[in-house]
Amino acid sequence: MPVKQMTAAADLADRYDIVVIGAGPAGMAAATEAASHDVRVLLCDENPAPGGQIYRAITRNRPVAFKLLGASYAEGLPLVQRFLDCRADYAAGATVWSLQGAHPESEPEIGLTLGGSARRIRAGRVILATGATERPMPVPGWTLPGVMMAGAAQIALKSASAVPQGRIVLAGCGPLLYLLANQLSDAGAHIVALLDTSDRRQRWAAIQHLPSFAASPYLRKGLSLLVSAYRRIKVIGGVQDIAVSGQDRAEKVRFSTRKKQHVIEADTVLLHQGVIPAINLTSAAGCELVWDDAQHCFRPVVDGVGRTSVPGIICAGDGAGIGGARHAAVAGRIAAMTATTDLRIGTDPDCARQLSALQRRARYLLRGRRFLDLLYHPAPQFRAPRDPDTIVCRCEEIRAGTLRQAVGLGVPGPNQLKTFLRCGMGPCQGRMCAPTVTEIMAEMQGKSPAEVGTYRLRAPVKPLRLAELAAMPHTPAAIQAVAGHAPSDFQPNRKESP
Amino acid sequence: MFRRIEAVADEIGFFFDGRPLRAMQGETVATALLASGVGVFRSSVVSGAPRAPLCLMGVCFDCLVEIDGVENRQSCLVEIREGMDVRSQNRARQLKQGTISCR
Ligand code: FES
Repeated sequence: MPVKQMTAAADLADRYDIVVIGAGPAGMAAATEAASHDVRVLLCDENPAPGGQIYRAITRNRPVAFKLLGASYAEGLPLVQRFLDCRADYAAGATVWSLQGAHPESEPEIGLTLGGSARRIRAGRVILATGATERPMPVPGWTLPGVMMAGAAQIALKSASAVPQGRIVLAGCGPLLYLLANQLSDAGAHIVALLDTSDRRQRWAAIQHLPSFAASPYLRKGLSLLVSAYRRIKVIGGVQDIAVSGQDRAEKVRFSTRKKQHVIEADTVLLHQGVIPAINLTSAAGCELVWDDAQHCFRPVVDGVGRTSVPGIICAGDGAGIGGARHAAVAGRIAAMTATTDLRIGTDPDCARQLSALQRRARYLLRGRRFLDLLYHPAPQFRAPRDPDTIVCRCEEIRAGTLRQAVGLGVPGPNQLKTFLRCGMGPCQGRMCAPTVTEIMAEMQGKSPAEVGTYRLRAPVKPLRLAELAAMPHTPAAIQAVAGHAPSDFQPNRKESP
Repeated sequence: MFRRIEAVADEIGFFFDGRPLRAMQGETVATALLASGVGVFRSSVVSGAPRAPLCLMGVCFDCLVEIDGVENRQSCLVEIREGMDVRSQNRARQLKQGTISCR
């Protein structure tokens, strides 16, 4: 039986055994595995189609783009197909704006918006598969139209068979930058230069992990990416700073290497400093976070099978720590087995054996990560911008200089900074500035990012329209509380008969 | 701005600031605009500077536009539909006359 596509909040059940959030590899694998047991499963996802960012738009028929995206993209097909064939409810285009863990008296609960109205839904277990986002790369001029994250260009290629027009400059570090450079040049896009900002000092830290990388599934792919990029693209290494300028959109990129200053003209600038777990929902649910020094980001604390510190909430895939798509798919299955076992519905006697096989596989797929994490550790000047005019909070347009001034005045932590300056209070709710704010504070106060911490988040973690809230079903207790009388004589949603 | 690398099989029509444009069935409003040569989606709330999508994955909120009369929608998360009326946003949202009524 195929998944049941849900388009309206009203059509969802009040309760599911397992609710999965996110339809990337971890989420799809979790939902598929969970649905194979005898349980009610709901998968909600923000995007219009399954696949997450890595397998974005994989179900749509665009032969040219598909061929160009190569074998690692096509790997997502069976995963998506198995999900689409499974017995789960699937809410695409749904926004989850709140999440509560289990309490002694109540089960976990999510708040979501689907088809223009909001709804609260109870769950036996919630599996968070929120994936990764790109680490912000605040450089002067990064708010100009024409400047995008590298991941955005890849999404346009995957979902719309579209590539940037005109001269393209890629800037930053990490494997995705080289992958994208190759894909864009295969697609006939005009790449003027790839500015590699990798911190060369990191090579020494990385080298000790070379043996495990050499034995990992990533070595061959990584090397071939580099070779083919160097063959046809002008790669400039050792780039120490970057600034984009232009009247109303990107026109020029200025940068310096150890030897000199350079200026190149560009119509599109694609930035990248690696990816970090998307932790907004996890953090708002109160899950304990920990600083990961190798990946240089906060991630939720999870046990060996994905349970977070909050009862009833399990986290899998890149949202729990960057491990890549293949690892995420295995982690998703592990999370689903954990959920069914916790709910005592996984009656399969073979379960323990399967679980340990999956865990072995997950560990294998993490091999070589450490090498990449260290080699592509973002350089400090791209984490905590030195130029005072660089915008850090894009929503409220707060600049690095203003932040540094406030920190200098003794503002103790990111949450106080937020109240003080409004940074992180715009619609993105700190998604774009939180890592930078932590980095600036850590640098100025001489602390580690772990000590500084990050914004404390509260629901709703995504902006919610009043009309969507108003369309929520009213419980009798809520009606009594607001209207002061019993629901029987007050029915706000009732249509008056003519 | 973007160009397509393959022929668009099922084209649909929509409007941006009243101008008729074409899109690919199944794509988002954001990529439909970018591929139609739209370079600026809105002006920023604080300084009024021009903005366009940064992430295309629902994180940055720089792609906010008005869609069929509803403001502040993330165009990178909304699937384009035939006849959609998309409008750029200028700075902070205005309270429309008649939006709020007390009875
Ligand atoms: S482009 Fe970033 S949220 Fe839409």
